[in-house]
Amino acid sequence: MNANAPKDIRGTSWLITGGGRGLGRAVALLAGSKGAKVVVVARTRADTDEVVATIRADGGTAHAIVADVGRKDQTYAIAGQAAALVGPIDVLVHGAATLGPRPLATVLETACEDLEHALLVNVVGPHRLTKAVVPSMLLRQAGVVLHVSSDAASEAYPTWGAYGASKAAFELLARTLAVEAEGTGIRSVIVDPGEMDTKMHADALPDADRTLLTQPAAVARKLIAVALDAALGANGARVVLQNVRES
Amino acid sequence: MSPARWLRDRPADDRLLAVDVASGARVDAHVRDLPSFLRAGDVVVVNDAATLPASLDVRRGDELFELRLASRISESSGWAVAFGAGSWRTPTEKRAMPPELKVGDALVVVRTDVVLHVTESLLGRLVRISWESSQEDVLGAVYAEGRPIQYSHVDRDMPLWAIQTPLASRPWAVEMPSAGRSLGPTIVSGLRHIGVEVHRLTHAAGLSSSGDPRLDAMLPLEEDYEIPVETAVAVNAARDRGGRVIAVGTTVVRALESAGPNGRVEPGAGAATLKLDALYRRRVVDGLVTGFHEKGSSHLRLLSAFAPEALLASTYEYAETMGYLCHELGDVNLVVGAGRMGA
Repeated sequence: MNANAPKDIRGTSWLITGGGRGLGRAVALLAGSKGAKVVVVARTRADTDEVVATIRADGGTAHAIVADVGRKDQTYAIAGQAAALVGPIDVLVHGAATLGPRPLATVLETACEDLEHALLVNVVGPHRLTKAVVPSMLLRQAGVVLHVSSDAASEAYPTWGAYGASKAAFELLARTLAVEAEGTGIRSVIVDPGEMDTKMHADALPDADRTLLTQPAAVARKLIAVALDAALGANGARVVLQNVRES
Repeated sequence: MSPARWLRDRPADDRLLAVDVASGARVDAHVRDLPSFLRAGDVVVVNDAATLPASLDVRRGDELFELRLASRISESSGWAVAFGAGSWRTPTEKRAMPPELKVGDALVVVRTDVVLHVTESLLGRLVRISWESSQEDVLGAVYAEGRPIQYSHVDRDMPLWAIQTPLASRPWAVEMPSAGRSLGPTIVSGLRHIGVEVHRLTHAAGLSSSGDPRLDAMLPLEEDYEIPVETAVAVNAARDRGGRVIAVGTTVVRALESAGPNGRVEPGAGAATLKLDALYRRRVVDGLVTGFHEKGSSHLRLLSAFAPEALLASTYEYAETMGYLCHELGDVNLVVGAGRMGA
């Protein structure tokens, strides 16, 4: 077998934060339907239960962890429960994120606490989870970390300062991890899903025309292809998902 | 020897006392220097078990007491030990006896719906428990309500993060397999860079002591382990080419020796029942990275399978003079033994 061939998703273990809604939910549902063992992390029990029930009804393996990625005391609870339920994690998807102030606010009107919270949930929380999950990938010399980001990480959009700054920091940590992980078998990849029809999008831009937005399920398919195929998602790459052509 | 009362800021700064059994030589170093004591072709094996918050408050009727998990949380059953009144500030040997537990007792984990049923009881406090809740619900209850097992010699309450080793994955241990506590990604990369292979196994490290002499005489209990195929292949290949097998922690020694009674390690799941001591002839493991522990503990008995007791005694005396710290958060000892059976 070609070592560079896309990995078979069946039996692989996925830990997906922000798995209760939007893109995270779509990734969980699709990965679960294809035979992955899925752990969904979200703050709202009703959301995680719906995702897990849907996957199980389809004959798949899924588990829920109700937790807040931004809380330090929940990091090892998430990592521990996930690995106990589905085994060592093959794919970690950092999907959880917060917009920061809602409605969005200019930099001069962004409360410091809102910026702190955005950094906590979008940068520090994922960093903690990476530290809890990824070192064991080093022992196994295999593993994928997907960082779900946004073009707001590099473009300065009015009122998107807190979110954009947090995603810029998130991306640089992801790229630094990639440089440090070169040659270890671990891939640290940034994925930019583009604009999707999600609750987060509606919170940010309530007046947007939803018919023009991509459905998360279509993007999820591409995200999963990137996770499984190093040719689509090389270590250190920043992948704009809507440009991915699946074979 | 003084116990370490808290973690050092940088784990790789933990001290390492290297002892070569054949020559009796010892070298003072730090954990970050570990690669300098090994050579290309050696294989280092670590225990990748994460540690559960294994101390639970449970209720039997009106009685409230502490129950410590003594095994991992499998699908439907496990082992646990009950403790009577007193907090972790009280040395375990001074704690009151718990209520006597009987087969058929129902123990409710406080603030949850999880009920643990006693199906076997030894000495009235070491119990086999089973549950009807899902594994997911039991794990959820343990992580929500459980606390790490604490040590009275440590300065403050240890949170969950403080009892994890950096390379850990599945939470099979109830006490931290502490020899690996200061072995992080940079040291793994450093070892691989010089041609030392680093592999893993998972070993469900159980309770180290209960303070009850009758119970402690039974420790360590049978402990589950799982050895991946690639680890077994690497260990056996190292032996074939004359490389050394270095275990990080006594749990790794127990697992590898249990899985390789004839010197060839078989991959897969098993239960370690071996009790190693001075009479034990090692078949697989050449050396050991381990913490410093109390004289007379089962830990030191195991160490005597690697080095003559006189050398261990002088090593401990030296370590004490030099200010090495003992126990879970303390410094480590690299003991490379001589004369593995069949070597």
